[in-house]
Amino acid sequence: MSIPRSSSGKRLRSVVPGWGLFKGMWLTFRTFLRKPVTVMYPVEKEIPPERARGVIALDVEACTVCMLCARECPDWCIYIEGHKVQQPPAEPGGRARTRSVLDRFDIDFALCMFCGICVEVCPFDALFWSPEYEYSAESLADLLHGKERLTQWLATVPEPPALEGSEPEGGEP
Amino acid sequence: MTTPADRHLLAMHRSEAAVSVELQTEDMVLNIGPQHPSTHGVLRLVATVAGERVRSVQPVMGYMHRGYEKLAEVRTYAQITALVNRIDWVSGFANEIPFIVAAERLMGVEAPERAQCIRLILTEMFRISNHLIFLCSFPAELGAPTPLMYALRERERVLDLIEGVTGGRFHPNFNRIGGVKPAAGGGSTQRTRAQDLPKGFIEGTRRAMTAVRHVCDDLENLVLGNEIVQQRTIGIGVLPADKAVEYAMSGPNLRASGVPFDLRKVEDYLPYDRFDFDVVTMPNGDNYDRCRVRLEEIRQSARIIEQAVDSLPGGPLQAKVPRVIKVPKGECYVRAENPKGEMGYHIVSGGGRRPYRVKIRSASFCNLQVLPWLLEGALIPDVIAILGSLDFVLGDVDR
Amino acid sequence: MSLLDNVWVVLAVKLGLAVVILFALALVVMFAELKVSAHMQHRIGPYFAGGRWGWAQVFAEALKFLQKEDLIPRDADAPVFRLAPMVSLLGTFAVIVIIPLSPVLVAGDLDVGIFYALAAGSVSTIALLMAGWSSGNKYSLIGGLRAGAQLIAYELPLVLAVVGVVIQAGTMSMVGITEAQAQPLFHIGSVGISLPYALQGQIIGFVIFMIAALAELVRIPFDMPIAESELVMGYLTEYSGIRFTMFLLGEYAGMLAMSAIASVLFLGGYHFWGLNADWFGPFVLIGKSLILVFVMIWFRWTWPRLREDQLQSLAWRWLVPLALANIAVTATLKVVL
Ligand code: SF4
Ligand code: SF4
Repeated sequence: MSIPRSSSGKRLRSVVPGWGLFKGMWLTFRTFLRKPVTVMYPVEKEIPPERARGVIALDVEACTVCMLCARECPDWCIYIEGHKVQQPPAEPGGRARTRSVLDRFDIDFALCMFCGICVEVCPFDALFWSPEYEYSAESLADLLHGKERLTQWLATVPEPPALEGSEPEGGEP
Repeated sequence: MTTPADRHLLAMHRSEAAVSVELQTEDMVLNIGPQHPSTHGVLRLVATVAGERVRSVQPVMGYMHRGYEKLAEVRTYAQITALVNRIDWVSGFANEIPFIVAAERLMGVEAPERAQCIRLILTEMFRISNHLIFLCSFPAELGAPTPLMYALRERERVLDLIEGVTGGRFHPNFNRIGGVKPAAGGGSTQRTRAQDLPKGFIEGTRRAMTAVRHVCDDLENLVLGNEIVQQRTIGIGVLPADKAVEYAMSGPNLRASGVPFDLRKVEDYLPYDRFDFDVVTMPNGDNYDRCRVRLEEIRQSARIIEQAVDSLPGGPLQAKVPRVIKVPKGECYVRAENPKGEMGYHIVSGGGRRPYRVKIRSASFCNLQVLPWLLEGALIPDVIAILGSLDFVLGDVDR
Repeated sequence: MSLLDNVWVVLAVKLGLAVVILFALALVVMFAELKVSAHMQHRIGPYFAGGRWGWAQVFAEALKFLQKEDLIPRDADAPVFRLAPMVSLLGTFAVIVIIPLSPVLVAGDLDVGIFYALAAGSVSTIALLMAGWSSGNKYSLIGGLRAGAQLIAYELPLVLAVVGVVIQAGTMSMVGITEAQAQPLFHIGSVGISLPYALQGQIIGFVIFMIAALAELVRIPFDMPIAESELVMGYLTEYSGIRFTMFLLGEYAGMLAMSAIASVLFLGGYHFWGLNADWFGPFVLIGKSLILVFVMIWFRWTWPRLREDQLQSLAWRWLVPLALANIAVTATLKVVL
């Protein structure tokens, strides 16, 4: 344990009283002359990192209506309905199989807290995070998005980012 | 024996007393909050004021009570992790740490080294982000809005790094029992790959730390070196060390009073002992010192992060844990040095998927206990300044 | 030309002109504050309204305020509450008429010009007191009382700072003071060089005047009556809509008026070396005022605010003695030289 450092309690006094005021003014003036850092949002956009949790995309084909996501969601904002259909046997004489078909898959993004638990628990890789963020709505009810909309977002799901140290790189332990 | 000079003084006091009796006015009750620009949310102070002088203050809390302790009883451990980083939303990740560590201790697992180091780096990043927020809100309370923009500008770099790793800027939900994992899973490629730090993180961290140090220097000039700020803060809201301990202050507020107590040195919830850093203390315990301690702590955190990034161990990120997490019967209390002070979770587990009871000790709530004592006799402008210097977040107070 | 011979018509035209110019410039100052503050904070500020630079933002804001509901709280003292913003504007307009833009462009050149200006300028403070008292809000009340207390602190240094100039110029007329500064002080070859009073030893007076002016204008570092982090919005808390706009315009117009007075008194008014005062006078004076306004904005976005008692001690322990010393020295020199 290193020795706790106590400062001498010395205040940051300027040599000339009042000089501190002008040091600050010099700083603001310098900033005044520099180029602003603002990103002009609707014109230019910031690109969020690949892992950003923007919106949840759904792969309808992969979903098996297992309801795990709906059950694990901490605020129960996923609404799933499905029904079973009899499928003709794959080859004649085989057993007829049942398959679950998704009727409704809604996520209420007004309630969702973007924790990512649903994406994590889905055992069939049907849910993905997309960094897409421009889906604001004028009323809370409009934030309930159905499976059509969720599927559209599938196209925006990026490749996972390259990892630190995955490729040999000089200097990294 | 009174000398003539004394008598003169006495006469003066008498005449003053006579005047004040004549002008005796009713005290006014001033409600500062719950909707007020400087109460950081919905804190309410019922102040009895005589002119500008505050006679007594009664803080009223609970406007933002969300019942976390009750919520935690009906949620699984993974869900609680997502919940608890919303307690003090300015430093979300740091809230997860003590909870996860407590659960891990109950289960008898330990996160691998690399995971622990990443936890430590992110905790310190949130400390930087939290203290930068303080450095923008505190001058704003004194009436200077510009440091806000400078601090937030650099905080953005830190948040970008955090987002790159965890997928969330404020609410990372990055800790799992036995390790760390970004919530951006999904897809078998991501499941296997998207676990570790993304490429460019280490480089970006080094650059961000340089920028953060730079803005610290700027803010030192703009805020701490400014004579008006010094007029407004030095000797205002003095909290002596013994009082600070009595009122169970913790974190930077305690260290500003000269008590060198830092859980990072005392506890072993994260491998802080590997890194070299100082516990910053200041002797006076006034507003100025509370501000200065935080500024110095940013520098110390940057130092820790740089060391940690340089010596990041390899290895897995996740220890072996069962798929369905059940925590064995027992109880455990883990406390950690959060940016705002001591944060602790007491978990009582009945042996199921959900805890039986979680008691949360949050820093801001305990730090606010001192308010009635500290604000008594202050002027209204100083009330706001002192309030700001204590650095609380209402989510952390009311939970 | 008989119409222009009528003194009342002339006065009305002059007043109208002064008001229009002042309003236009107040909008310019408002825009400057938006833009300058933004760039000092590393932002861009208004951008999309109007053309490239967002110049129409001020009009948009003004229109926005005009659309808002004109709320008067139930417990407010309605007549006083309604009157206060007008009184605030009135004080500023009363000041502006005596500022000479050029030797001839002056709405009213009074013999006691500066005396009148300082007296009329204080009217705005009454407006703040009225607003604070009548709003029926504790925060407004505190704000109004702070404004009253502030008046006591800065008014004396403000007047005392001016006295030095008046002694040196030997007149209280604004045109007279300007012309006195145009007198050549020394000669380089055959060219007479004149110096504004700020360079003729009144620099202390100038600094004191500017500090006191900041206090009169309720600008940072002396914006305690508003103090949005402490008193919500001080005396402005209950105002909305057009009345709030009037206060806002009053503030910016006041900044201009005070800067213009300071330019006349200390910076040589409409005179600038080598420029013809008849033609360039208005631009020179407005330019000087805008520079001072910029400095005020600069302070506003760099410094925090002081406390009311600290202003009092600054005023009484530093400014008043300094101003008195300034007067004594000026008077002595005037007699000796
Ligand atoms: S991200 Fe979390 S809150 Fe949102 S739907 Fe998924 S599990 Fe529910
Ligand atoms: S967990 Fe996956 S497969 Fe199961 S219902 Fe949800 S999205 Fe479909």
